Amino acid sequence: MTMADTMTAPHGSSRTYVGTRTIRPDGVDKVTGRARFGADFNLAGQLVGRVLRSPHAHARILSIDVSRAAALPGVKAIVTRDDFPDQSSEFVPAGEMMMNYRDVVRNVMAREKALYEGHAVAAVAATSAAIARRALKLIEVRYEVLPHVIDVVEAMRPDAPLLHDDLYTAGVEPRPEKPSNVAKRIEIAQGDIEAGFHKAEVIIEREFRTAPVHQGYIEPHAALASVSEDGSAELWCSTQGHFIVRAHCARLLGMDIARIRVTASEIGGGFGGKTVVYLEPLAIALSKKANRPVKMVMSREEVFKSSGPTSGATVRVKLGATRDGRFTAAFAELKYQAGAFQGSPVQPGVMCAFAPYDIEHVKVIGYDVVSNRPKVAAYRAPGAPISEYAVESVVDELAKTLDIDPIDLRMQNAAREGTKAAYGPKFGPIGFEETLNAIKKTEHWNAPLRKWQGRGVASGFWFNIGGETCVSLTVNEDGTVSLVAGTPDIGGLRASLAMVAADELGVPYEKVRPIIGDTGSVGFNFLTGGSRSAFSGAMAVVEAAKQIKSDLCARAAKLWDVKLDEVEFERGHVKPLGAAADKVEPMSVADFAKVAGKTGGPIGGNGRINAQGAGPGFGTHLVDLEVDPETGRVTILRYTVAQDAGRAIHPSYVEGQMQGGAVQGIGWALNEEYVYGTDGKLQNAGFLDYRMPVASDVPMIDAIVVEVPNPRHPYGVRGVGEVPIVPPLGAVANAMEQATGIRFTELPMSPPRVLQALKERGLHKV
Amino acid sequence: MGKHHLTATVNGDEVEFLCETEETLLDVLRDTLHLTGSKEGCASGDCGACSVMLDGRLVCACLVLGCEVGGRRIETIEGMARGEMLHPLQQKFLDHAALQCGICTPGFLVAAKALLETHADPTETEVRYWLAGNLCRCTGYDKIVTAVMDAAAEMRKG
Repeated sequence: MTMADTMTAPHGSSRTYVGTRTIRPDGVDKVTGRARFGADFNLAGQLVGRVLRSPHAHARILSIDVSRAAALPGVKAIVTRDDFPDQSSEFVPAGEMMMNYRDVVRNVMAREKALYEGHAVAAVAATSAAIARRALKLIEVRYEVLPHVIDVVEAMRPDAPLLHDDLYTAGVEPRPEKPSNVAKRIEIAQGDIEAGFHKAEVIIEREFRTAPVHQGYIEPHAALASVSEDGSAELWCSTQGHFIVRAHCARLLGMDIARIRVTASEIGGGFGGKTVVYLEPLAIALSKKANRPVKMVMSREEVFKSSGPTSGATVRVKLGATRDGRFTAAFAELKYQAGAFQGSPVQPGVMCAFAPYDIEHVKVIGYDVVSNRPKVAAYRAPGAPISEYAVESVVDELAKTLDIDPIDLRMQNAAREGTKAAYGPKFGPIGFEETLNAIKKTEHWNAPLRKWQGRGVASGFWFNIGGETCVSLTVNEDGTVSLVAGTPDIGGLRASLAMVAADELGVPYEKVRPIIGDTGSVGFNFLTGGSRSAFSGAMAVVEAAKQIKSDLCARAAKLWDVKLDEVEFERGHVKPLGAAADKVEPMSVADFAKVAGKTGGPIGGNGRINAQGAGPGFGTHLVDLEVDPETGRVTILRYTVAQDAGRAIHPSYVEGQMQGGAVQGIGWALNEEYVYGTDGKLQNAGFLDYRMPVASDVPMIDAIVVEVPNPRHPYGVRGVGEVPIVPPLGAVANAMEQATGIRFTELPMSPPRVLQALKERGLHKV
Repeated sequence: MGKHHLTATVNGDEVEFLCETEETLLDVLRDTLHLTGSKEGCASGDCGACSVMLDGRLVCACLVLGCEVGGRRIETIEGMARGEMLHPLQQKFLDHAALQCGICTPGFLVAAKALLETHADPTETEVRYWLAGNLCRCTGYDKIVTAVMDAAAEMRKG
């Protein structure tokens, strides 16, 4: 359900489609199998590319001999570290995270050392998969196996095996004398933390651990590259940002950006995990060497071992409050795994930790720690679910200690318009309290529970971002509209942008055909991430439509021989005003299309913006669950999400984000984790053992779309994609506490861990 | 050893193809017959993205060898619509926004169709357990289950 329309439409636009549940324009192709995803592209004469990956968690690469593999008939190209020039240290944005080209080149192809099991060491292109596989076996890599470290706390110890001998902890004074695995220490603070805790009448302090989890997109990474003899490259790949892929490949391979044309395939899920490059530069490098197209597709095992995941972490939270429930001080210390290279999402983790609350004295410290695991990639609200899980658990415990309703306690301390967040800004209009109220008003909140059942509530925050966005709109000869966007559509973007374009131009939705253009057909776009694509894309559509509308007004004034201020664009028509109104009939967009050639030529607009004003997003989740005291299995019985969407362009796809995020969070809370052996190897690199939620694991997810319009967006839109994965971890843990009386401080709460906890307390039933 | 020469019926058409011993039915469909609607998400039978019907039985095409399908009847997502007429399940998936990225959608549709062929009036629980072999990471399953239930209701009306 959605709340009433509280926004007025931008000037001259109609409000026919935004807020309705249209059929997505790319839908039919997706239900008939016609839609082409990453691995569905093929070219005549293409070769099969395969990657040789390190079997060791940590090893020096002494030598790589490819001569026997190269001699195998059918092998057309081999690339190793020698094919990728070294890069200077330079940090560039990657989604909401930062990355360093010096590390990127080492992550796509190991150089001095292999730093995790699955780290790429060489790649082969051959005429068949069988030959490529045989060739990989003929590549002789001499390793010097080194001691490894997997756990974040162990990696921080002074005597831990060192991944990078040139990594000195940034953010500490004086600069450490010795290198370590701690890449960075960060801190945010406001007020006087000591004074704040001194004022507290109750203080709760707990330490939590979370396991690394994978984004779990169902489509493995795939890339098809074709480099011509003149050095121009075409690339088809599954990515959240083909302009970013282009930039990375150009940089890593020393090519001109204009020489690389990247087409984003339909993308089979990303969740942040497809904001970086893995196969793409390898495929281009192989194709360049072989002078043939090269196709590369990861296996599921490679996806688990060599891409993603997000950090596992240790988080300590201390929260103080007065007896009547006012938070006086908050402290947290976060230790996040970055994987083999620095750049965990600890920064956003630090910034988000206490963002939902108005607290005078706050201090949060974060550590970015490398260990012998795959380099983490962004995962839906990167970093936030981890720190907010810990905070929401402590808030829940505080509510119980003070005997205050957990929603009331949150309400009492909630950030609202004008609250200064500890991470810096003062909030504008936000909808946090509205989500709490919405949950409290549900029938769910007061429904009865039985023994071994529990109910938990938790809230969550995410910044959302805007960024560079280009959309082109073309009015075709017959009055239909072509829309070209450049941010891959993961979950209904084309529908949303077409709805906005239809409303802006006053044309039927079915007459707008949106596509995601390649890097040569539309201006630069930052990637789909940060919950930005519908937010920024809609702004760019409004801008492009504005150009069309003012152009049509100018044409009408000329045609009708009236002044520009005697015409107006309204509901798809240019109308004469004043005296002119009696002389001429209004002209529709389609009318202009018919006479475009005689009135100034083709009709179109280009929205080129750097979108600002992304509205912060808040959500509150409510969950009922039941624990089986015999097996430790947890069943989710009921789930309700309330989230502020600002304004839902397409309510179904907004609900879909909320439902999907909730279920990903349930998986994170209950079952998903990377399991390592003492040998540093991943033991569950497959969907059977890495247990994501299936349909029978979850109930219907009730979604309440709260709409507190974002005043800085023409349609009031806020990003919606990431917030919903933030609250579930805390909500489920809080429900577990109610069901069992046990505060679970370690994720996942999988059956073995739950069973162990029940046994320790004599609650296990045989 | 050379390739195997086989004939089978795919979506009602007789097809003739060569396949290597180690190739799966999914490889044959995607790489040889260019029917890329069936997706490879895991190659181990865990995700259901390659769900197809083999002689009327729901299988993961990645778990069947190409050599096994000689003389047999295969139905894939590409055969689900009748001309311009979408199958009620396909239409309901669109109506209910039961897909986001869409990579799992063909597998869900094939599997759901198999369910409705034998269970015209499934409960929500039956739908959820039947579809437990199909992974979706985007939707949280809510709108998928809704779409299947709604399609079943519509098909019962005839």
